[in-house]
Amino acid sequence: MKWFDYQAPRNIGEAVEAMTLHPTARPLAGGTDLLVQMRAGRRTPDLIVDIKKIPELNQLHFEPGLGLTLGAAVPCYRIYNDSAVSRAYPSLAEVANIIGGTQIQGRASIGGNLCNAAPSADSIPLLIALGATARITGPSGERTIDVAAFCTAPGVNVLQPGEILVSIQIPPTAGGARYLRFIPRNEMDIAVAGAGVSVTLSNGNIQSAKIALASVAPTPITVDASSLSGAPVNDDTLKKAGELAAAAAKPITDMRGTADYRRHLCAVLTRRALASAIAAAKESK
Amino acid sequence: MERKVHVQTTINGEPAEFLCEPRQSLLECLRDILNLTGTKEGCNDGNCGACTVTMDGRIVTSCLVLGVEAEGAEITTIEGIARGNELHPLQKAFLEEAALQCGICTPGFIVAAKALLDQEPHPTEERIRWWLANNLCRCTGYDKIVKAVQKAAQEVTL
Repeated sequence: MKWFDYQAPRNIGEAVEAMTLHPTARPLAGGTDLLVQMRAGRRTPDLIVDIKKIPELNQLHFEPGLGLTLGAAVPCYRIYNDSAVSRAYPSLAEVANIIGGTQIQGRASIGGNLCNAAPSADSIPLLIALGATARITGPSGERTIDVAAFCTAPGVNVLQPGEILVSIQIPPTAGGARYLRFIPRNEMDIAVAGAGVSVTLSNGNIQSAKIALASVAPTPITVDASSLSGAPVNDDTLKKAGELAAAAAKPITDMRGTADYRRHLCAVLTRRALASAIAAAKESK
Repeated sequence: MERKVHVQTTINGEPAEFLCEPRQSLLECLRDILNLTGTKEGCNDGNCGACTVTMDGRIVTSCLVLGVEAEGAEITTIEGIARGNELHPLQKAFLEEAALQCGICTPGFIVAAKALLDQEPHPTEERIRWWLANNLCRCTGYDKIVKAVQKAAQEVTL
């Protein structure tokens, strides 16, 4: 690994200052992507800013009516070990439990998964479906953007020099949600395709549904699911949701699967995830 | 400005300090600086779990932790598992069940399995298999390893 300096600031101001002074600096949360990339020479920062000692980035706080504040450095295990968070967002707890293995979950954060901006990031489709926003701070102040607009290209995000992700805000959910992925193994693998779905119900019909996909475009993508609003809960609607997802996918063929296979997976995973989200929505009533 | 960093930490219950470059992983610091060579390097990218140690009670792959991040932390390596001259029940069970061949993966498996048994003395077979999903073995297959963990789970609670 190329030489770099290391700082572990205690507050956001110091972190932003360090990131601003060193345009190639990278923030370090769990390091489970960053250190691998640096070892491979794919990233060569001159400074690593360890953000794990900053209180705001370690916040994990659920407030009924307000939603969840998920600090950017909170490791996955804290999410699924938190009973209030697991009850309010079972789909998020599940995602935190399928990223890597036990060792990775002890370090890796959802914030890091978002910032790493991999097309295959398991948490991002669910965050999009849950309507999550990203709270960013930098040299010119604070801003909040939709997670759906956070990733701009493989490994690239909207953060400008000096900016860091502080937290992810997830609104309270009135319905159900689910993320499903296909991997050839049972665990510890990169999704061939993934689908995150959330749904709210009204009088037995779909009130609104959100669908987002992983591994089928240069970034995680949002599927326009507005045509599902008002649709009855039945097999035709599930099928239609799958077709919307398959049509929105722009997959490539690579070692993990062909474009056709991935499009097919989008339909299947979306259909199943929606059915599961509907069941969860009914249960939560 | 290439300066080594002074790190103060606790390893296997004892205070420890070392000088390292920020780019050195905890795994390198353990093996190359502190001569704690029980922790093994396998893939060096977080997939195989051979370098598993505990850090503040959580298992981590030490190849994906920087040595400088150990500042103020409590680290346990395979060298800290035995109780004095007495092998830990997991170590005995691995021997008795022949849960190893080449042995490179074994320290990681034992450190990881101990962390499970410390928090859940009676894990199901499924739970053991999921917990150890981040530890790869290319010699034995996993049945003997899982059986050894199950056997140790019985011993630990006797």
